[in-house]
Amino acid sequence: MVSEFTAVAVFLLVGTGIVLFTFGLAKVIRPSAPHPVKLETYECGETPLGTAEIQYNVRFYIYALLFVIFDVEVVFLFPWALVYRSLGFFAFVEMLIFIAILVFGLFYAWKKGVLKWF
Amino acid sequence: MSDAFLTNLTFYVLSFCVIAGGIFVVSSRNLFHSAVFLVFTLFSVAGIFVMQHAYFLAAIQVLIYVGAVAMLMIFGVMLTTQLTNVRLRHVNEQAWPAFAVCLFFLGFLVYGLWDTPFKISQAAAPAEVTRAIGTLLMTEYVLPFEVVSVLLLVALIGAVVIAKKE
Amino acid sequence: MLELRGLIDAIWGLISGLLSGLGFSPNLISLIGYAIIAAVLFGVVALIVLFLVWWERKVSAHMQDRLGPMRVGWHGVIQTIADALKLLQKEDITPKAIDFPIHFWAPVITFVAAFMVYVTVPFGKGLIVSDLSVGILYIIAITTFTVIGLLMAGWGSNNKYSLLGGFRSAAQVISYEVPLTLALLGVIMIAQTLSLGAIVTQQDTIFKWYVWRQPLGFAIFWIAATAECNRTPFDLPEADSELVAGFVTEYSGMKFAMFFLAEFVNMFTASVIAVTLFFGGWMSPFGPDFGPSWLWFLGKTLFFVFVLMWFRWTYPRLRVDQLMGFAWKVLLPLAFLNILLTGIGIYIFD
Repeated sequence: MVSEFTAVAVFLLVGTGIVLFTFGLAKVIRPSAPHPVKLETYECGETPLGTAEIQYNVRFYIYALLFVIFDVEVVFLFPWALVYRSLGFFAFVEMLIFIAILVFGLFYAWKKGVLKWF
Repeated sequence: MSDAFLTNLTFYVLSFCVIAGGIFVVSSRNLFHSAVFLVFTLFSVAGIFVMQHAYFLAAIQVLIYVGAVAMLMIFGVMLTTQLTNVRLRHVNEQAWPAFAVCLFFLGFLVYGLWDTPFKISQAAAPAEVTRAIGTLLMTEYVLPFEVVSVLLLVALIGAVVIAKKE
Repeated sequence: MLELRGLIDAIWGLISGLLSGLGFSPNLISLIGYAIIAAVLFGVVALIVLFLVWWERKVSAHMQDRLGPMRVGWHGVIQTIADALKLLQKEDITPKAIDFPIHFWAPVITFVAAFMVYVTVPFGKGLIVSDLSVGILYIIAITTFTVIGLLMAGWGSNNKYSLLGGFRSAAQVISYEVPLTLALLGVIMIAQTLSLGAIVTQQDTIFKWYVWRQPLGFAIFWIAATAECNRTPFDLPEADSELVAGFVTEYSGMKFAMFFLAEFVNMFTASVIAVTLFFGGWMSPFGPDFGPSWLWFLGKTLFFVFVLMWFRWTYPRLRVDQLMGFAWKVLLPLAFLNILLTGIGIYIFD
């Protein structure tokens, strides 16, 4: 039953276990002296003004959206890259069309100024 | 600790993780917690894919669903503020009828699935799964493949349009 | 001589013999074996990271014409252990306003994700824990968990600076992840396999190293990896003069140590991938049997980590808009171009 990913599962459990054990060890060893000032949120030594929300900034979301789209594209590229050598020129052309369509999309986003940070 | 025991144990643990994660996603009062439980659920689903020897699928499940989609949702949750203390007031006058309908559907589904002979392919799994997927993508399923790229392009243009409207 | 595989096989033979003598079933024995390997590898990675922290301080110091840590042990070698012990017993000051479960699990997720990469890394001849058939894909998938950990840290701290720092770090990491993956695709196209062990075996001699056949790919990969590790010139989210400490503002003690260690593990992972995919992994330049393989591996990866440290004191920091613009407008088109050229090249030369 031992497949390749058994090691992965064991690593996950052992890694988490060791990290949690280290935290537990630290909790036992370290001092704990809570004080109201220490419990405040950090804002460069001043008392925090307002809540911890920031202004809605759509550009973060746009970058995440672009990332999703290109990530899906990359996922399609993986199997193609593996069989590329054994298939003919046709496979290359197909992938070229695929990439070209998305590069066009990237170019469009670029021209529309969506990729600008400010 | 026979093979069957380990396989069953892993399957039950993973299924429990998926179902519990899913329940916590919908029932958590804190939207960010829901998003993190979604990550947990999707990761457990990837684990179930691994159990079925669908390694490529498991890897891209983590890559796309966890790394991109769930992250996009977390971004969305983080960007729309005032979420930590949303007191979702459940106005549930029809709680009991809803519960009855859910039970009925559950029974219906279980009855339907129990006796269905699912056709499990007797063909052996290909040795190199990813390569097989690649070959199929390039030969039999070329058209859906190209359509996907157009779909992605549409999504991209839609995203740009929405961004410009802001 | 000094081949570790034989030694490890011998020790494991003893242990598994003992365990099966005690009546443990074979499945349980292999599980215990994996657990032991995981713990040992955790120790090895921790040791390497401790060494890297010391080395970073020394390298930075000498590049700035000073000496760095000199007191604790010979030339400060034990400095990192002293720092680790100090962090272990530091008070964990967490503000009242944090979201405790998120704040707690963020460092765990970040570090465990960084650590889990090493399941499929070939440290030497026969020294892979599990040569996954989807090796590279697995590594790329696992490293996306770092982004989740980062966002959780930013949000869980309930602090404006953490939130903004978390956002910026996340945006930077995801922007550079696509060119990074595309650059690796070039190697995959040539190697026709995703498994790291196989890719190393294909690079028998120094002339077969993939860096000669994928120079552009390596350049793109290395720049993207530097950005992924949040290292200068891309370290705006962590820069001391920006945003306080970014998303780790509200972390102290061991949790902060976990983030810090995770960053160094990521640095080492970037070097490991560069060495394995482009520079022959554990292969010596003359073939697989020329000297201890793990020593070659270690030497090459430490060299690349040194290059990362070298970057830090050579290049000025990029502004955040330059950073993002560079990823989407320069690296991404170049990565696509690389795939195009590789495709044409393979078609012509095959």
